Amino acid sequence: MATTASDTHGHDPSPGHDAHDHAKVGHGDGHGHEAHPAHLAHHFDTPEQQFGTSKLGMWTFLATEVLMFGGLFVAYSVLRHNNPEVFLWAHKALDWKWGAIDTAILLASSYTMAWGVRAAQLNQRGLLMFMLALTFAGGLGFMGIKAIEYEAKWRHHLFPGKLNVLNVEYKGQNFKAPLTAEQIANQKEHTIDYVDSHDKPAGGEHTMPAKQESGNGESSTHGDSSAEVHTPPVAHDAPPVIASVHAELIGTPVIDPHEGTANAAKIKPPVTIPGGVKLDALEPHQGGHAIVTYGMLHTPDQKKINAFFSIYFMMTGLHGFHVLVGMGVMVWLFIRATRGEFHSEYYTPVDLGGLYWHLVDLIWIFLFPLLYLIH
Amino acid sequence: MSSLAPDIQTMPTPLERPKHHYLNHNKSIASWLFTLDHKRIGLLYMVTVLAAFAIGGIFAILLRTELWAPGPLFSADKTKAWNLYNHFFTLHGAVMVFMFIIPAVPAILGNFVLPIMLGAKDVAFPRLNLLSFYIYVIGSCFLAYNLLSGVLYVIVGHPVLWGGYGLDTGWTFYTPYSTTASDSGVLLATLGAFILGFSSILTGLNFIATVHMLRPKGMTWFRMPLFIWATYATALIQVLATPVLAITLLLLVAERALRVGIFDPTIGGDPVLYQHFFWFYSHPAVYIMILPAFGVISELITTHSRRHIFGYHFIALSSIAIALLGFLVWGHHMFTSGQSPLANAIFSLITFSIAIPSAVKVFNWVATLWGSSIHLRTPMLYALFFIGLFTIGGLTGLHLGTLSTDIHLHDTYFVVAHFHYVMVGSMLFAFIGAIYHWFPKIFGRMCNDRVGQIGAVITFVGFNMTFLIQFVAGAEGMPRRYATYPDAFQIYHQISTIGAYIISLGMFITLYNWVVGLFWGPIAPANPWGGNTLEWHTASPPPYDNFSVSPEVGDPYEMQIWEPDPNGNGWVKNPEKAAAAAAASHGHGHGGAH
Repeated sequence: MATTASDTHGHDPSPGHDAHDHAKVGHGDGHGHEAHPAHLAHHFDTPEQQFGTSKLGMWTFLATEVLMFGGLFVAYSVLRHNNPEVFLWAHKALDWKWGAIDTAILLASSYTMAWGVRAAQLNQRGLLMFMLALTFAGGLGFMGIKAIEYEAKWRHHLFPGKLNVLNVEYKGQNFKAPLTAEQIANQKEHTIDYVDSHDKPAGGEHTMPAKQESGNGESSTHGDSSAEVHTPPVAHDAPPVIASVHAELIGTPVIDPHEGTANAAKIKPPVTIPGGVKLDALEPHQGGHAIVTYGMLHTPDQKKINAFFSIYFMMTGLHGFHVLVGMGVMVWLFIRATRGEFHSEYYTPVDLGGLYWHLVDLIWIFLFPLLYLIH
Repeated sequence: MSSLAPDIQTMPTPLERPKHHYLNHNKSIASWLFTLDHKRIGLLYMVTVLAAFAIGGIFAILLRTELWAPGPLFSADKTKAWNLYNHFFTLHGAVMVFMFIIPAVPAILGNFVLPIMLGAKDVAFPRLNLLSFYIYVIGSCFLAYNLLSGVLYVIVGHPVLWGGYGLDTGWTFYTPYSTTASDSGVLLATLGAFILGFSSILTGLNFIATVHMLRPKGMTWFRMPLFIWATYATALIQVLATPVLAITLLLLVAERALRVGIFDPTIGGDPVLYQHFFWFYSHPAVYIMILPAFGVISELITTHSRRHIFGYHFIALSSIAIALLGFLVWGHHMFTSGQSPLANAIFSLITFSIAIPSAVKVFNWVATLWGSSIHLRTPMLYALFFIGLFTIGGLTGLHLGTLSTDIHLHDTYFVVAHFHYVMVGSMLFAFIGAIYHWFPKIFGRMCNDRVGQIGAVITFVGFNMTFLIQFVAGAEGMPRRYATYPDAFQIYHQISTIGAYIISLGMFITLYNWVVGLFWGPIAPANPWGGNTLEWHTASPPPYDNFSVSPEVGDPYEMQIWEPDPNGNGWVKNPEKAAAAAAASHGHGHGGAH
């Protein structure tokens, strides 16, 4: 590639030809890998130019990732703005403790990654490999917790979209059908509050838990309860008066007006707090949080739980996919590190992989409060 | 010379093709399929992109033929004929937008010309460049296969041999039709478009890095050719806007496959949200389409009129301004969607402001031409047609950007005519002109100028016949995407259809001219037109690493250092003038030895 014919205007050959020539003749700068390193591509003049270009390319790519996730954040904002009560309720399905552990793991893995880049800069191959392995482990831990969380969703049938168990009227999925005795027996495992206040009890043989058509069911907190103290606000666009409802309900005993009759609820909620307020059994919460139960949702909102779950699965799913890709990058970097390809003169792939991992971490930092810490 | 006579008629001294150039550097198939040479990648794109254009064009002819009369044509069964028509216009739109216009100038000419214009050996990331190409091929296969086999599906009534189900939603995939009601292959088509988006992103990324980091000493930002400014601005948009399309299409796929409900109001979502997402990408996308064309026109106008560009800084910065402002106006596609009047007003106002940098360009081009030595060669003809047609297209955009008139014109043929004036009348003309302009550099041969001029005029006539009348039809109320219409509109459609056939005649003439030129054209000199951008400082075709002698960086529009070759073979440098220009430009800090 060394085409160093001097040009007719007597200018020096374009920069970089010198470096190429040195390589051909076997000169170096004395450092061994510096003058014409194997990694210097033919269209770059100097390693510095190549490194700088690679960094610019990587930062540009990170910008595209930010734009892509940005779309999801916008969707989140719109959906949450349009369905605030749904978000207040549905996010209880997530355990913030797992989310916090995830956050800590990713932050720690970013730390180990940065340390790894530093190790590469200082020619510390062993340390670099160790740090890459730790970062990989962090990603693995993150995905493991994701698996635990998703499994919980699976168990609760909280899938995205039409498969979601709480989509009571959705497209052929008929959760209004009466459960068989066997299903009821199995349901002890499932702590979902299958509530649809419009359901009519079928045949009187049993009812779905807290099924009611009018008046109170087992729980006094159902949305369309008429003429009861506990009726939550009916106006759909009025801000949900959650706190005051909660205040009202503390100390109120649970009443089942059908107690002793054929329509008595067969399954009682597994968890109550002192005072007897029925809690949504997805995730027992104690203490002063505002509590929105499914039954407290204004009836149209009960069909809109997808507003939360769809965006939850899209955001965490896409993020999880990026974590997996990042883990693949770590493996590839580890393999290259074992081969001794990274040193103080050339550690670009480690640097770029680190940038990617930091972005994945940063995206999670935003996801965590938006999804887990809704108040 | 301002006559229509073609330039190169006799060559007293026969030219010799350079012995070694990038085309014969290595002739194996593998060296082409796995090439890292930006020039070859540009050619690979050229083949596939032109094939996409052919497909999109055929379906344009088909849909215009259906519209010849109000009654059904391609099937006796009305429902089937209208369904077929839906597939036709969707296919035409999707193929043209995603597979032709967005890649065309950046991927073909940007890849080929930009590094050479920078005096570089290649783009910043050659392997990424090749990856972009293969992503384009894969995405195109998904999309084209689904769309084309879908047409068969509609005709036959069931999918044919692993065929797809086509697409009948229009290229815009609007919800809720695309997510719930359409029984066409929305998933496959969306995946195809999703994949194609990554090709666009990676190309843009490559160009940004190249322009920032691979400029030679002495080429500061304001000494770059305007084609590079335009391509850089395009790359900015590609990198920032296309990811939003990616997530939009991903959400669409999730909505359709899993019914996640983001766009479904009954379960908490919002269908207009889809439109916001979609147009947030697709409006900047139209600037991806037109900005490179602007860059091409700057080069064509200056070279073929032997003139320094008038208002270089304004044209350069107006490209950036259009790129940035283009992100703020997406709502003007949604004036009738029910968004708030305040939002409508803001989008309308900013839309008006985009007219300013666009007009700045047009005025500067006209000022460049004023009093210059215009050579009405084929590329120049296309450039001049561009200026006129873009003016019409841009001005009618103002009709659509005005809230009061848009209420009547939205979703009518007025919109169709407007965007065809900017996409075909402007962008396609610039693209064809660009191919003619750089043809000698790319292939080392000259096309027949006379045939080219005839093709240009025929295309121009056919284009205007097709689309000028559609402004009237739209203002009279003819809606777009309708397969049938009241009899009173038939004359408009018939004129349009005849015009469409004339356009296709012009396209065939152009293709014929290129093929003949490629195999039997006279050998091209290094600088057939007398331009001063760096690609003309190297042989035609260029050597494998672009320059056998490092080019000197000067003002890219200093035409005067070139004068006609006494042997009749293009233009050669006048050494004294070149030295004088070089000395003058060294005062700007050329830098010296590295």
